[in-house]
Amino acid sequence: MADQAANAGGKGIGAHLGGHLRENGMILALVAIVLFFTVIVRVTQGVDFLSAQNITNLFLQNSYVIIMALGMLLVIVAGHIDLSVGSVVGFTGAVAAVLTVNMGWPVYAVVPTCLFVGLLIGAAQGYWVAYWRIPSFIVTLAGMLVFRGLTLWLLDGQNVGPFPKSFQSLSTGFIPDAFGVGKPNITALVLIALASVAILWMGLRARARDQQFGITPEPMVVFAIRNFVVVAALMFVGYKLASFRGLPNVVVVLAVLTVLYAFFTETTTTGRRIYALGGNEKAARLSGINTDRLVFLTFCNMGVLASLAGMIVAARLNSSTPKAGVGFELDVIAAVFIGGASMTGGSGKIIGVVVGALIMGVMNNGMSIMGIGIDYQQVIKGLVLLAAVIFDVYNKNK
Amino acid sequence: MATLLEMRGISKVFPGVRALDHVDLTVEQGEIHAICGENGAGKSTLMKVLSGVYPFGSYEGEIHYDGALLTNRGIRDSEAKGIIIIHQELALVPLLSIAENLFLGNEVASKGVINWPLAFQKTEGLLRKVGLDEAPTAVVGKLGVGKQQLIEIAKALAKDVRLLILDEPTAALQENDSQKLLDLMLELKAQGVTQIIISHKLNEIGRVADRITILRDGATVSTLRKEEISEERIIRDMVGRDMAHRYPERDSNPGEVLLEVEGWNVWHPEQTGRQMIRDAGFHVRKGEIVGIAGLMGAGRTELAMSIFGHAYGRNISGRVRMGGRVVDTSSVTKAIAAGLAYVTEDRKQLGLVLDEPIVKNITLANLAGVATRGVLSRGREQQVAEEYRRAMSIRTPSVFQKVVNLSGGNQQKVVLSKWLFADPQVLILDEPTRGIDVGAKFEIYTIMNELAAQGRGVVMVSSEMPELLGMCDRIYVMNEGRIVGELSRAEASQERIMSMILNDGKARVA
Repeated sequence: MADQAANAGGKGIGAHLGGHLRENGMILALVAIVLFFTVIVRVTQGVDFLSAQNITNLFLQNSYVIIMALGMLLVIVAGHIDLSVGSVVGFTGAVAAVLTVNMGWPVYAVVPTCLFVGLLIGAAQGYWVAYWRIPSFIVTLAGMLVFRGLTLWLLDGQNVGPFPKSFQSLSTGFIPDAFGVGKPNITALVLIALASVAILWMGLRARARDQQFGITPEPMVVFAIRNFVVVAALMFVGYKLASFRGLPNVVVVLAVLTVLYAFFTETTTTGRRIYALGGNEKAARLSGINTDRLVFLTFCNMGVLASLAGMIVAARLNSSTPKAGVGFELDVIAAVFIGGASMTGGSGKIIGVVVGALIMGVMNNGMSIMGIGIDYQQVIKGLVLLAAVIFDVYNKNK
Repeated sequence: MATLLEMRGISKVFPGVRALDHVDLTVEQGEIHAICGENGAGKSTLMKVLSGVYPFGSYEGEIHYDGALLTNRGIRDSEAKGIIIIHQELALVPLLSIAENLFLGNEVASKGVINWPLAFQKTEGLLRKVGLDEAPTAVVGKLGVGKQQLIEIAKALAKDVRLLILDEPTAALQENDSQKLLDLMLELKAQGVTQIIISHKLNEIGRVADRITILRDGATVSTLRKEEISEERIIRDMVGRDMAHRYPERDSNPGEVLLEVEGWNVWHPEQTGRQMIRDAGFHVRKGEIVGIAGLMGAGRTELAMSIFGHAYGRNISGRVRMGGRVVDTSSVTKAIAAGLAYVTEDRKQLGLVLDEPIVKNITLANLAGVATRGVLSRGREQQVAEEYRRAMSIRTPSVFQKVVNLSGGNQQKVVLSKWLFADPQVLILDEPTRGIDVGAKFEIYTIMNELAAQGRGVVMVSSEMPELLGMCDRIYVMNEGRIVGELSRAEASQERIMSMILNDGKARVA
C-alpha cells in the first residue's frame, strides 16, 4: 500500500499527509464543494442546499453512477475500459419494462432475470476481450451500438411504463420505520448510529492490528480528524434523511455495495490479483495468475452492476425509454478517474471512486439549483475532470 | 591532454537514500573513461546528473565542461553542448525506419518540411561510420539488438557528439556484436570523441578504457590508469574486500531424481513449422545445481518457459515427471502446484509489478499463503516480506518501497523471494545474475547453494560459462533447440562446452 509506504518512510504528520494527499484531498474537496454550494445557493436562490429533500434527491439522482463506478474501477484497474454501460442500462431497463409491464412478471422474478441478462452481456463482451485479446475499447464500442439498437427494437421506439409500485420502490422506496414512530424515522437513526460505530470500531481495530504486526499506524491526530469528519457527515446526512422520509432503499444498496467492493479490492486474493494484472500482466501470468479469466470476470461483474443501475434508472423514471442511459458511460468513467484511478491500470481505490462520483453528483445538483445552463455545466465538469487528472500526474512526477 | 569534464563533489539525495555522496570525476579530452561499481553504487545517477536528466540545482556540487560551469536545465541543453547519453534501455521507435529514428527531433527539414533525399543521404553516411550495412528505410524494430545499439550511436553522431556516454552498451549483446561495438568505440576515439562507458564486464573495460573510475556506495573509491587496471584490483575496489573466491564453497550431495523431462518438443508460437525445441530431455536431483549452457538462440529460455506452464510456444509435447510421477504443467498454476518455479531473465517485464511495493511482489505467486479463505492478512504479509528482506538482505528503507526504486541486484532478490515463498521443489533460474554486479552475484550464488542444501533442485540457465563452471554439479549443453551433451563438474570446461556446440553445428551441416 502506498499509504503504508508513507507511514514507514516518513515520520510525522506532515510527511503522512503528503503521502495521503490524494485521499484526504478528495474528501476535503467534496466537503469544500458542498459548503460552497450551501452558501451560494442560500445567498442567490434562498434555498437550503442541505435540506432533507435535496440530500435524498442527490442520492437518488446519482446512485446509478456510483454503482457502475464500482465495477468500472475494476475494469480500469485491470487495464481495460467499458464504453457499453450506458447502452446496457438502457437495454436492461427495457427488458425489465417488457417483463413487468407487458408480460406482468412480479418484481422478485424480474430483478434476478435482469441481473442475469447483465451477466450474459458482460460475459459476451468479456469473452472477446479476455480470450481473443480484442481491445476492450473496440468490443465495448460495438456493444454500445448493439445494445442501444436492441433497446430501440425491444421498446419499438416507445416509452414503456408505468411500473407497479413494487418495482418503483427499487429506486424511490424508503426503508419503513420498524418502530412505527414515523418522523423522525427511528430505523434510519439506528442504522446510521450502528454504521458510525462500525466505522470507528473497524478503524481502531485495524490500528491495533497494525501495531501488533509492527506497522507504524497513521498519526492519531489524522485518524481522529478524518473519522470525525466522516462520522459527523454521516450523522448529519442520516439525521436529515430520517427527518424526511427515512433511508432510501438505494442508499442502503449503495452502502452495502461500497463496503463489499472496498473489502474485495483491498483484502481478498482475487482483488489483489486484479491489481497485479493491471500493473504487469505478463509478470502476473508468470506468477500463476489466470489473467484471462480475471479480465473475463471483471466484465461479467460490470454487466451485472450495469443492469442493476438500469433497473434503478427505469424505476426512478417510472418508465423505460429508448434514450435511457445515453452518455452514462462518460459520467461513470469520469468518476473513476476523478477518484484517482490510473489510466494505465493497476491502481485506484473504491473509496476514491465513490467520492469522485459524489463530487460529480454534487456539482450537477448544485449547478442545476443555481440555474446554470447545461452548456456551462458540461464545460465545468470537463474542466474538473481534467484538473483532477492533472493533479494526479503532477503528484506522480514530483 | 586537456580536461574536458570535471565533476566536483556531486551529491544527490532521493527520499530516504543518498544516491551520490561527493563524487569526483575527471575525464580528459579524447579518452575512453570507464565507470565501474556495484548495482546501486550510483553510476547511472551520476550519468543522469551529467546528461541533464536531473537539472542544475537538483544536485549539489559543480560540473565544469569545456572550461565552463555546466548549468543544464534538461537533456536538450546538454545535447546542444554535445553530451549525449545512450541508455541501457534503447530509446528507438520500433515502427519507424532507421532514417526517421536517426533524425527524430532533429529532422533534416526547412520550415517543417522534411527533405527526405538529403536525410537518406546523411543516414547512409552515418551508417557507414558505425559500420552498419542496412538500408535507411529499414524498420528498426525488425533489426537485432546489436544493430539497434549501433543506430543509437549513429543517432548520437548525427547530433555532433563530443562526449558520448554509454550505459552498459553490451549487456544485451552477443559476443560478436559486443566486439564490433568495442571496435567502433576505439574508432570513434581515434576521431576525437570522448567517451564514458559504464560496464560490468571487466574484460571489455580492460580492452577499451584508458582510465577507470570505481564507485562504491555513492562515492568515488579510486581512479586507475590503464597500466594499473587488473581484475583483482577492480573487484577489490568495487566490493571493498578481496574476493579470493568468486563462487561460494559448497558440499555437493545430490539425492534422488526430482525433476525429469523427456522427449520435449516445442514449436514457435507464431511462425508455423518452426520447431524451437527438439526432443530435449534432462533431469535434476535433490540438492543438485544443474546448468544449461548454450549460445544465444540455442533455445534455453524457450525450454525453461515451455516447461513452466507452457508459458512459451505451441504444440508442446513430452513428459515432465516430479519425483517419478508424471505431472501436468500445461498452465503456470499447475506448474507451481507441481512444485516448479521459474525465475525469469527479464525481471522488469516478466518478473515484477514495478509500481507495487516489495511486499505485494513477494506474495504474488502464493497469495493463498497469506490469506484465509481468500481474505488477505496484511500483517502476515508484512511479516513474510520482512523475513525475506532479512534472509536475502534486500537493501531498502522499507518493504513498502516500490520495487521500481530498487537496484537490479535487489530487484532480483525480490523475484527470488517471491518464488521461495511459493516453496517450490525445483527452481529454474534463467540468467539469475544478468545485469548484476560482482558483489550481488556472490550473494545470489550463496542463495542458490542454500537452496540446494535445503534439498531443492536448481536449474541454472546462463550465458556466462565461468559461472556455470563455478556453480554447477552437471552442465547440459544446448544448440539449436537440442540438448547436445552433458558434462559432469569434473569434465566441464569452457573448451569442452564450445567444442560440443561447434561439433554439433558441423555435424548438422555435414
